[in-house]
Amino acid sequence: MSTMNTVGRPTTPNKVESKPATLTGGRGLLQDEHLIFESDGWGKTGVDLPEPKTSGSDLGDLVRKDPIGLPGLSEPEAMRHYVRLSQKNHAIDLAIYPLGSCTMKHNPRLNEKMARLPGFSDIHPLQPQSTVQGALELMDQLAHWLKTLTGMPAVALSPKAGAHGELCGLMAIRAAHRAAGNGLRSDTPRNKVLVPTSAHGTNPATAAFVGYTVVEVAQTEDGRVDVADLASKLGPDVAAIMVTNPNTCGLFERDILEISRLTHEAGAYFYCDGANFNAIVGRVRPGDLGVDAMHINLHKTFSTPHGGGGPGAGPVVLSEALAPFAPAPWVVSGEDGFNLVEFAEDEAEQAFGRLCAFQGQMGMYVRALSYMMSHGSDGLRQVAEDAVLNANYIKARLSDVMSVAFPEGPCMHEALFDDEWLKGTDVTTLDFAKAMIDEGFHPMTMYFPLVVHGAMLIEPTETESKQELDRFIEAMRALANAAKAGDVDRFKGAPFHAPLKRLDETRAARQPVLRWTAPEGSNIAAE
Amino acid sequence: MRFTKDHEWVKVDGDVATVGISKHAADALGDVVFVETPEAGKSVAKGDSFAVVESVKAASDVYAPVSGEVIEGNAALASAPETVNADPEGDGWFAKIKVSDASQLDALMDRAAYDQFLSTL
Repeated sequence: MSTMNTVGRPTTPNKVESKPATLTGGRGLLQDEHLIFESDGWGKTGVDLPEPKTSGSDLGDLVRKDPIGLPGLSEPEAMRHYVRLSQKNHAIDLAIYPLGSCTMKHNPRLNEKMARLPGFSDIHPLQPQSTVQGALELMDQLAHWLKTLTGMPAVALSPKAGAHGELCGLMAIRAAHRAAGNGLRSDTPRNKVLVPTSAHGTNPATAAFVGYTVVEVAQTEDGRVDVADLASKLGPDVAAIMVTNPNTCGLFERDILEISRLTHEAGAYFYCDGANFNAIVGRVRPGDLGVDAMHINLHKTFSTPHGGGGPGAGPVVLSEALAPFAPAPWVVSGEDGFNLVEFAEDEAEQAFGRLCAFQGQMGMYVRALSYMMSHGSDGLRQVAEDAVLNANYIKARLSDVMSVAFPEGPCMHEALFDDEWLKGTDVTTLDFAKAMIDEGFHPMTMYFPLVVHGAMLIEPTETESKQELDRFIEAMRALANAAKAGDVDRFKGAPFHAPLKRLDETRAARQPVLRWTAPEGSNIAAE
Repeated sequence: MRFTKDHEWVKVDGDVATVGISKHAADALGDVVFVETPEAGKSVAKGDSFAVVESVKAASDVYAPVSGEVIEGNAALASAPETVNADPEGDGWFAKIKVSDASQLDALMDRAAYDQFLSTL
């Protein structure tokens, strides 16, 4: 017997087994939403503007005769459009995000509050320096934290992203070799850069962009750099090696000291990709490992936002040997306060140039320093510890149903699985990831690193509670068991419950439609 | 037809070698979405990257199995990259190379040896 409420109406609805498609395309209280260009507000304006006082135009025949082709929306229409779109998206503010710091970790709201202080948010790069002393001091403090945490003597703050930081590091290395007479156009050029097979794609791309020939270094069975292969490829023609540590397989490069010793013996520089610094911050100083240059993605380790692809910040720390080549600008402090040095005045300064017009991403500097100061050095150490602990918890609790790519020993901040366990199920890594969406979880990184077949790379980050990790793990276990039990239909057509179903990624890549055209029969003026 | 450990195949007719990627390679890449083949006249050395193949999963270099001069790249792949998946060891060929040193072919695997090699992966 069903329960009744106070007016005698049953409180439990009749259970309906089948789920009919809705008549409008809406789902629950979520509205179907079209492109903004397909709204019907053509010719409409959201605000009343007075007629312009001047009449006529100096443009003569050049005056535009066709409509400009932009839809008109009122304020609530514009807001609803974007809020509806945001409801179709996943965000770290909704649930665990197993892409991890690679994309974005939790952004503490304190950072946002600090970045919105008018003294930081309402200033302009061309203001007199005497009026932005606080901002310059903040940059100086951020530089101090970055140098202290990495054990490196210099830092270039201005690079705008990780890959931009790689470019900065490699350009400093190129400048150092040129100064030593081994430039790319010299008689004894150092023109090669060694990159392990598991590297981020940006590493070889950066080296090639700077003018170097990329040589691959093999990987050992247990997912680390093959030191013997590295040693055989080092020589007087090698400019640098680029190693990620912890590497993209989520493993600490246990021979890192030997790698750095061999590299320096060969006269090359050691570039470290700092993408995975989150796993070791506060515990390992890259300077102690012999690193000469390393970029730090502020969004990965220091919790700055990364939504919509930016704005990014990728400061680069530099060793004693590379410090003279750091790009302008940099902050110095003296008796008359803080000063942003825009041009190297001293002849000893060998700055290779600059990477952007002004000082870099001020808003990201504020957020990163806010994160550092609110955690303190002990808190940052705990960040690394918890990030590693969480990844190992996931690895341990899934290792009996999924296959761990490198089972020996603990992982760092990422748990890496291959698709060996899916063999014979007719379910692929892609199918599995799509089914995760139906269960309410954003997929992890798939098919990367390339050296692991059907890779599934899970990075929970340090902020997930045990309850949230358990919720994720139970969903993964249920899906894994379903795949093994032959419930293939659950995977092949997934996602069934997302606003858009399985997309034809192949056709999208082969025949991309890059231009919007007005729907057939509409009165919209296509431009 | 002979094969390399990097999963290229070579078919020789006179002094002209037709080269492509093996069915195993095409299957492993998944749906191919982009192919860049070399222009005629380009000289390549064995082991050089001479073409690029990109799928929804990964981008890879294709290495020359023999040295020589490219006499034709398969331009049809630019607009129909799916041919690489449909017929990797036939219409999905990448280039025809005029072989400069036929003895290089001896070091390559025949079908049986390649299948044996695949079973070890």
